[in-house]
Amino acid sequence: MNAMAPVGAPSLPTAVDYRVYHDTQIFAAEQRNIFKGRTWCYLGLEAEIPNAGDFRATHLGETPVVLVRGQEGKLHAWVNRCAHKGATVCRSLRGNQADGAFVCVYHQWAYDSEGTLVGVPFRRGMKGVGGYEKDFDLASHSLEKLRVESYKGMVFGTFSADIESLDDFLGPVMRKYIDRVFQRPIKVLGYSRQYMAGNWKLYSENSRDSYHGGLLHLFYPTFGIYRQSQDSAGELAEQGFHNVFTVSKPKGDIDYGSFGDEANREMQGSAKLQDERLLQFRPEIEDDVGLHIQSLFPSVVLQQIQNTLATRQIVTHGVDKTELVWTYFGYADDDEETTRHRLRNLNLVGPSGLISMEDGEAVELCQQGTVGAEGKHSFIEMGGDDVRGYYAPMGMDENAVRGFWKGYLNLMGDALAVSAEASA
Amino acid sequence: MSMVDPVLQGLVDSLNAAYGLCLDDGRLEEWPEFFVDDCLYQVIARENVDNGLPAAVMYCDSKGMLVDRVVALRRANVFPEHFSRHLISRAVLTGIDGDTVSAEASYALLQTRNDGETRIYNAGKYADRLLINDGVAKLVSRMCVYDTHRIATLLATPI
Repeated sequence: MNAMAPVGAPSLPTAVDYRVYHDTQIFAAEQRNIFKGRTWCYLGLEAEIPNAGDFRATHLGETPVVLVRGQEGKLHAWVNRCAHKGATVCRSLRGNQADGAFVCVYHQWAYDSEGTLVGVPFRRGMKGVGGYEKDFDLASHSLEKLRVESYKGMVFGTFSADIESLDDFLGPVMRKYIDRVFQRPIKVLGYSRQYMAGNWKLYSENSRDSYHGGLLHLFYPTFGIYRQSQDSAGELAEQGFHNVFTVSKPKGDIDYGSFGDEANREMQGSAKLQDERLLQFRPEIEDDVGLHIQSLFPSVVLQQIQNTLATRQIVTHGVDKTELVWTYFGYADDDEETTRHRLRNLNLVGPSGLISMEDGEAVELCQQGTVGAEGKHSFIEMGGDDVRGYYAPMGMDENAVRGFWKGYLNLMGDALAVSAEASA
Repeated sequence: MSMVDPVLQGLVDSLNAAYGLCLDDGRLEEWPEFFVDDCLYQVIARENVDNGLPAAVMYCDSKGMLVDRVVALRRANVFPEHFSRHLISRAVLTGIDGDTVSAEASYALLQTRNDGETRIYNAGKYADRLLINDGVAKLVSRMCVYDTHRIATLLATPI
């Protein structure tokens, strides 16, 4: 093809109608078909809730969910919505509920850690007045429970009763890379939250877009650092929508050069880094990979960049409101000096990341630029118009972005077409 | 309760006022000069501090790293064009040890982007250690502990 898609044409992995970033009906359909559909959504890390009674407020798509470690150590997750009047039950971001009971403040309906209703005040009324009918069944008024499974300490939940196991949903390629990061026990180092006035899919595309790396993020070239001899690859899961990028540390010395000839902005680095500890990389996994960015559909990115380790959870608050929750971690056996090194490396990533902060701006620019552009399409043909399982070297292609849309369009079925007709 | 030394109080408050105006005027190259060479500057979420977690969104443990931040911001980083406006409270001196003073002050950082609307971008407190030398206060460490744990878009300019 290699020409712009005609106005009003259906979305393809190579050409997506800009409507998908703005249409509230599509957003609602995504909540049904994707987040509450046949996917496993990331909820948090086991390391965040190590002890019985530990809980963490989280989201699945736009839906508030609480992840709890039960009394026997089992993981549970339920929608944070009282079965009585719909009130928020758990009002804290995190904590420990030592007695395992979660009580709604409104009428004191009490739930156990699994989300089962265990007590209702004045259930039988008083002196024969009020109360519920005799056949009132506590268990059938429980919180909405999710299926929960964990892989290597990453916890996922689903509303789907018949989806395949988490292991199968992730597939062997994604599991291999998760194994890599979670090679030994971890400890959480903290959080940051970033709120973007843009659609969640713009961020999902961004984390799968290798093309922008050296063009939007100019930190390395500004300081004259470009690693020409590095090996890179992109790999996709079978569905297309999960992917992983890896870049290996250069063999031998770092190559200082520039790639100014190909870029359209000034790339010639004359600045010199004052404190190079910022960039220091200490390989700690049995390979030379210095960058590992893994996007697991629909809602999380797992990363190792230098010695930073993090998950980035995507929370969809609205069609143009996306929160990114960064959970930073290290390994449980890190000594104080190693932790300090990770903190120093963390300058590179996150909402203030020297090599990544621009992503938030790119998401908002695309949101702003596509206002009123319903029926018009993006153009995603860098490096081909197909979706490949393996693409190397990566960086001059949009293979994984096409993979995202392939998986997305499959799950959405005819919901996009229905939305287009309804608003025509 | 002991009397606060008005000279010390004045030194700390003057530093904070000049610091805020320096950033708000966009004189970023001057910003590292508020610190001693062997300094620690952090911008960290209150939810981390309250839970004993160390991860900060900015962590610079040398003046050189502050300079690197400014150079990156000027030449590499892409972020929404904006004005900053710091409102900083009078400092509370929490400890004095020889020529080193501990102090805390609240701040509200307003931001105005190209749409012209001024928003409360970040609110929090400075938890500082300052070295007083020859009647001049310099920051040994500044921890910006922010309440606003939902950072709007991104955080490029130091707080």
